Amino acid sequence: MTKKYDAIVIGAGHNGLTNGAYLAKAGLSTLMVEKNDYIGGATVSRELYKKDWKYSNCSYVCSLLRPEVYRSLNLAKYGLQVVPYGGSVTIAQNGDYIGHFVDPDVSRREVARHSLRDADATVRYDRDIMRQCRFIRQFLLRTPPDPTSFKPRDLLEMLHLGKEAMKLGEDLIYDTMRFYTMSIADFLEEYFENPLVRASHSGSGIIGSALGVMSPGTAYVLLHHAMGDVDGSMGAWGFARGGMGAISKAMHDCFTDHGGDTVAGSGVDRIIVKNGRAVGVALENGDEHYSDVVVSNMTLPRTFLECMDSRDLDDGFLKKVKNFKIRGSSGKLNIALDGAPNFTALEGHSELIRGDMHLIDSTERLERAYDDWKNGIWSQDPYIDMLIPSMTDPTMTPPGKHFMSVFVQYVPPKVNGKDWTDEQVQQFGQTVINQIEEYAPGFKDLILHMEVRTPRELESEVGLTEGNIFQGELTMDQLMFNRPIPGFAQYRGPVKGLYLCGSSNHPGGGVMAAPGANAAREILGDLRKTNTVPEGWLDD
Amino acid sequence: MQNHYENAVYPSPFHSRQKQHNQLKEWSRWADYLSVPAYWCESMEYFAGRNACGVFDITPMVKHRVTGPDALPYLNRLMTRDVRKIKPGRVGYSVWCNEQGRVIDDGTIFHLAEGDYRICSQEHQIDWFMTNALGFDVTVAEDTHDVAGLALQGPTSCAVLKDMGLKGIENLTPFGLTTFDFEGTELMVSRTGFTGDLGYELWIDPEHAERLWDRLFEAGELRGIMAMGSDALELLRIEAGFILAGVDFLPAMEAVRPTHTRSPFELGLGWLVSFDKGIFNGRQALLEEKEKGSRYNLVKLDIDGNKPASQSYVYTPNKKFAGTVTSAMWSPSAKASIALASLEAPLGKPGEEFEVEIYYQRELKWSRVMAPARVVKDVFWDPPRKRQTPPADF
Repeated sequence: MTKKYDAIVIGAGHNGLTNGAYLAKAGLSTLMVEKNDYIGGATVSRELYKKDWKYSNCSYVCSLLRPEVYRSLNLAKYGLQVVPYGGSVTIAQNGDYIGHFVDPDVSRREVARHSLRDADATVRYDRDIMRQCRFIRQFLLRTPPDPTSFKPRDLLEMLHLGKEAMKLGEDLIYDTMRFYTMSIADFLEEYFENPLVRASHSGSGIIGSALGVMSPGTAYVLLHHAMGDVDGSMGAWGFARGGMGAISKAMHDCFTDHGGDTVAGSGVDRIIVKNGRAVGVALENGDEHYSDVVVSNMTLPRTFLECMDSRDLDDGFLKKVKNFKIRGSSGKLNIALDGAPNFTALEGHSELIRGDMHLIDSTERLERAYDDWKNGIWSQDPYIDMLIPSMTDPTMTPPGKHFMSVFVQYVPPKVNGKDWTDEQVQQFGQTVINQIEEYAPGFKDLILHMEVRTPRELESEVGLTEGNIFQGELTMDQLMFNRPIPGFAQYRGPVKGLYLCGSSNHPGGGVMAAPGANAAREILGDLRKTNTVPEGWLDD
Repeated sequence: MQNHYENAVYPSPFHSRQKQHNQLKEWSRWADYLSVPAYWCESMEYFAGRNACGVFDITPMVKHRVTGPDALPYLNRLMTRDVRKIKPGRVGYSVWCNEQGRVIDDGTIFHLAEGDYRICSQEHQIDWFMTNALGFDVTVAEDTHDVAGLALQGPTSCAVLKDMGLKGIENLTPFGLTTFDFEGTELMVSRTGFTGDLGYELWIDPEHAERLWDRLFEAGELRGIMAMGSDALELLRIEAGFILAGVDFLPAMEAVRPTHTRSPFELGLGWLVSFDKGIFNGRQALLEEKEKGSRYNLVKLDIDGNKPASQSYVYTPNKKFAGTVTSAMWSPSAKASIALASLEAPLGKPGEEFEVEIYYQRELKWSRVMAPARVVKDVFWDPPRKRQTPPADF
């Protein structure tokens, strides 16, 4: 029989690592178990083509990572550097494009090229998004209150929520209520007249979501992509130097430095429950590890439907878990390139190739891409969010060569209701590179190696149920005290000693580290240990 | 125009001439254009504006054209002041508000002809102006890049324009506007400016901009004409008591924190609000504010001592927080430390005494002084020549 730990964390993704690091920092003997033989989960850099060619295989850019976590876990000391990239570009089929730049005047001029009025409206749009960001950001590092509870802390937290909402003022409360329930297409129409301007803002409303730009609730998804920052520059995104794996590596080094142990290479077969409380984990290789605290960083369905005995759980609870919306909608291509692609629209010396690139003309075209998903196939004219991190980060590839990260919407978890075949995965990859080739002739000839990932690969490799990158849809019915399910939004499972720290929990997906941090605060409180988790930094 | 990134900032139509004068080789940006902070000496350029005349490029100012049969009713709904009172050939200062009665921007309304107006503003406004055009028979367009502008400000400015051949310019009264034939091109001249002194603004087709600059400097050579940068203008406008968007108030369209915005009353611009002209944007909110009282007063402070009070806190004599300074300087013309400050209402009545917490540095050593200050009613620099028609030659 092995040593009994103070805590066991299942899944060495960024939230599991964050959680483990805070527990270890508080002096708990902590074990991290990871099914893959590498750590990081979806926050990972892997060398699949050749040595010194890194891919950010899953997540690929960084903005949401809470700066409070970055600082308090000393991630800079453990080698993490996040470098912002400049802006984005949306390329249309007619050869035109629209760029968004960091400098507001330059950005304004570019929008004015398409619509003078929209250039002006951008000020109003940015202001309104920023207002929503300011409101939501203060709740990221807080545990949501239970609105039905009469416990003092829940009442106080509800009061706090109410007070912050009232501070917005009458008009902003109305705006906020509309914003959280609107579709991104409708929201953008209230600001912009030009279809390309609208299209350029719309992608953030559907990335990672099994919803279309015309589906209610997608305006919030946009906010989820805008509420991060790089060094206080809100809405800015950056690259982790060395790929996203640099984040998990720094977190893991911190965890190890505080005495944490890691067992990688065998997944959890089941969470061991005895007399109604979690007491440890049994791994697929037969090993068992014991602890009175078991923290799951796995998705909600994976935790309860795959890794627990249903007899240990209430039927009503299981039903809610089954109803949790966690639908795969995204795919990804990681491509090693022999040189920089040449986008016809960006010919010359545009810096825009260093930023986020999208291939879309209008919200209507984006909605049609969603129609294919509903019909059970991958989008034949997909929405692409692509970056070439090696343009900025010299550590990704040898000089002159490039790594291109191509995120794709929409890709269904099953094709026509059936499991993906290897052939279909390759066909999907071809659909995407054909699309890029149209905008960058000669692109195909540059490809040295390609990793194609559909929801099938995301689930089997990373454990993301159905391949949903956020560990659950980001809609009002699954946000704040409704996330993951009502009554269980405070990081505690239905079984004593079982905690949840993954993105299925508030405040949701993205490489944010907030669920992991918030769960650690709850665990340390329950154990009456000194809290090592920071409060959020408040703006005023 | 896909090569926009090659010229992300426009050179002004006067750029070639600015370049000749710009000895310091420093450039700044003003909206879409390159601008000059100081050509060779901020102080010399400032005194040109008070002693002779200075030339300041105002092309970057955002310009709009409003035309059509409903131009007047449209503007009267948009603006807080009664635009009917700005007759053709006249210019009026105004602010415009959102429905909460908070100032979006301030600017000048040029009544060019019946049903034809130009609106100059600090911020881009075309989206808001067009939104407001719904239901009016009016055409609203931005024509910033189609009009080049120069401000000629200072006591010799009228004489320079006379020497340049603008016959009868001396008869133009303050806030008047007129046009001249300038070597075959129309030159519009208004007796307006941002310096609180005698001065004019000249408006011309950008194609003829360089020629205008040249003629002006030829005519002004013996009258102390000097190119003036934005640093000098900043000093001139504070002395004149003019407020600046983004400095003395936060434009409502940009305000992430809505409570940080100001109403016209809170900026000391109650005289620009006309309740008896009918409905206008913000009327209801402003009526309520008038009844309940405002949250702030923007005041002019005369501060004891010689230290400029930039970015200072203002306290009551019994050390209670009263507000903050928005703009401050040592005034070379008033020979006083002066400031504009936003104080919490009802504080800020003329004559009321305060203390200003000033941090100042001498050879890298910081010190702090609590300087007594009082609210003054009149602007710090208000020479009679500003109003005199015809103006003297110097």
